Amino acid sequence: MAVTIAKEKWTSKVGEMVLGADSSVKAGGESTLPFLHFEGDVPNKVVLALEVWDLEPVDWPEILKAPFEGVLADPVAWAKKNVEYGADAVALRLMSAHPDFKDASPEDCAATAKAVAEAVNVPLIIIGCGVEEKDAEVLEKVGEALAGKNCLLGCATEKNYKTITATAMVNGHSVVASSPLDINLAKQLNILMTEMNLPTNRIAIDPLVGALGYGIEYAYSIMERARMGALMGDKMLAMPVICFVGQEAWKAKEAKSPDDESPEWGAQERRAILWEVLTTTTFAQAGGSIFVLRHPETVKQVKVHVDKMMESNAY
Amino acid sequence: MGLTGLEIFKQLPKTNCKDCGQPTCLAFAMQLASGKASLDQCPHVSDAAKEALDSASAPPVALVTIGKGDKELQLGNETVLFRHDKRFEHPTGIAIKVNDTDDDITAKVQAINKLVFDRVGQIHKVNLVAVNNASGDAAKFTEAVKTVQDSSDFALVLISEDAAAMEKALEVAGANAPLICGANAANFDAMLALAKKYDAPLVVKGADLNELAALVEKAGYKKLILDSGAREVNNVLADQTQIRRQALKKFRPFGYPTIAFADNEDPIQAIVDAGVYIAKYAGIVVLNTADPADVLPLITLRLNIYTDPQKPIAVESKLYEIGTPGPDAPVFVTTNFSLTYFCVQGDVEAGRISAYIMPVDTDGISVLTGWAAGKFTPEKITEMLNSCGIADKVNHKKMIIPGGVAVLSGKLQELSGWEVLVGPRESAGIPSFIKQRWGA
Repeated sequence: MAVTIAKEKWTSKVGEMVLGADSSVKAGGESTLPFLHFEGDVPNKVVLALEVWDLEPVDWPEILKAPFEGVLADPVAWAKKNVEYGADAVALRLMSAHPDFKDASPEDCAATAKAVAEAVNVPLIIIGCGVEEKDAEVLEKVGEALAGKNCLLGCATEKNYKTITATAMVNGHSVVASSPLDINLAKQLNILMTEMNLPTNRIAIDPLVGALGYGIEYAYSIMERARMGALMGDKMLAMPVICFVGQEAWKAKEAKSPDDESPEWGAQERRAILWEVLTTTTFAQAGGSIFVLRHPETVKQVKVHVDKMMESNAY
Repeated sequence: MGLTGLEIFKQLPKTNCKDCGQPTCLAFAMQLASGKASLDQCPHVSDAAKEALDSASAPPVALVTIGKGDKELQLGNETVLFRHDKRFEHPTGIAIKVNDTDDDITAKVQAINKLVFDRVGQIHKVNLVAVNNASGDAAKFTEAVKTVQDSSDFALVLISEDAAAMEKALEVAGANAPLICGANAANFDAMLALAKKYDAPLVVKGADLNELAALVEKAGYKKLILDSGAREVNNVLADQTQIRRQALKKFRPFGYPTIAFADNEDPIQAIVDAGVYIAKYAGIVVLNTADPADVLPLITLRLNIYTDPQKPIAVESKLYEIGTPGPDAPVFVTTNFSLTYFCVQGDVEAGRISAYIMPVDTDGISVLTGWAAGKFTPEKITEMLNSCGIADKVNHKKMIIPGGVAVLSGKLQELSGWEVLVGPRESAGIPSFIKQRWGA
């Protein structure tokens, strides 16, 4: 009995974002649901970035610190290490700018960002400290210092998108647009940013994901809806989606709790890595394109999986 | 459903006898179409018409039951491709495989019995033990099935493509409706006969989707689980998607739940593959591992994906202690929406703050939604403050409320007699808020 394969006829696709001074890394561009090669194209692999902090992280679990021993206090060496570990991009998190920590000046942050950019040959994602007003000031200077490097700057929110969008336009960068788990807010922010004439393929949607066990299903459904929107021709949802998985997964109790505290959960190292890996691969099924991770083993495992998923399953 | 009133009307006796309580047959048909009446209210409808209407209104994916009594597991009845369209109904059954060549089968089954986890106050566990005839020996298989059945808390999946071995094993386990896994083109008639004899569910495996559809048509048996034969994760994803899509389009041969095997040689990749199958429509996923570090993430993923998007999960509304709070620890007020609660809890923990969290019962909705719906009010917060015993635990009378509901503070202070501190709008700001404002 011959089965007629059910194929959707999608009318549009996700925009393609290009990153890096030599435009080496591309994200998005899909004209089908995730990995359904039988009804459309998946031109690019997901982009896997590893985080670098410009301030030594104090509360990271030992398992997470171990692979970076000796470089945690040196962003340049740390970034190089990330490239050795196979990261497609380096995500520099400017924690020192936070008023509670060093309250570093925008100029200092820009100097760090420049040093990191010169040390590695992969694209940079530059993330502020999370305080919206401060991030606007910091990213303005960082954007100038890295003019022409074609970085991804974030995170722009409803409150500070104007400064960050302007910086990105003048200096040739792309922008992460963050909105809290709501497809309408995501769309609205994209409209505001494109109204400033930032091209749509220079925006990445950040739905502010939760990790496995901590709200993964909300972001999962939002990403599915964004992908459907993009495929059905909604230009304001046709952007690649970026997920800050490392930040969330390593907050989970299941990743942080040591062996002796929760013996019924099995060995910490295994479950912690799986927490980050499974959060990533589940979001890849929902349509995530750029992943900001923390542990090098996650990068390795997700790469193996994605290589397999990129093999055609056309009938 | 999907049948219109007129389509139903054609099958009715057209007596207009009012026995069903409706003025005419046409009116009754309209009530049926809108789900306000059921067919058994009409005493005159013919069996043939009943059959036609039933099959037209049958769910796109059949409900299949494995096991009996308190070990019973139900699968199927799914109606959507995307959980946001409605919800996924029956969570993927997680089966752990035991080989009949394993040295200590009892020990492995005991390890499986321990795979029970508490999450948001609910118990979640694996559902099935799959006994695999790895030895190819019928006697050994039967013995293993017996051992597992005697020591397991779960229903069984019997894996063997040898009908003779299956027959022996069913003599031991057949009465408990195990899943027979299963039938393929070579052993089809013998396996089908066994399934019918024991009235047990049967896995049908095709070499591809075409052969699978042909075998299902040939079976004429309704207790089926489908296996498209694909084993590489990229191909399984495609086949799972096709089977679900076609079932929803009422292609009857694919109107059954599916089974997928996480057999990847790399143990981490096997878990990742299983994660894909849970997200993408598998009715059952068979794992080779019983390591809790492997199973906990998958059980959590299943819980998340199968959560009803229209019904938020709530945590129990009671006082929670984070770390080891002393009498001068801060008190945070929030709602009992689990996501909200876990955000606050996570950020309090991240800041290494020992504190009390007091999630007010808002029927599991978030802070701002609760406030807008009149479920997060000064009255309710005061009530909880008085009833949860926090006053005995701390030596101060200060509570911290979410920044988003700062407007509550005046009334709340008046009602409760506690000093109200307005915290940050986002819980991520809690550590720095405490640093700057608490105990300073």
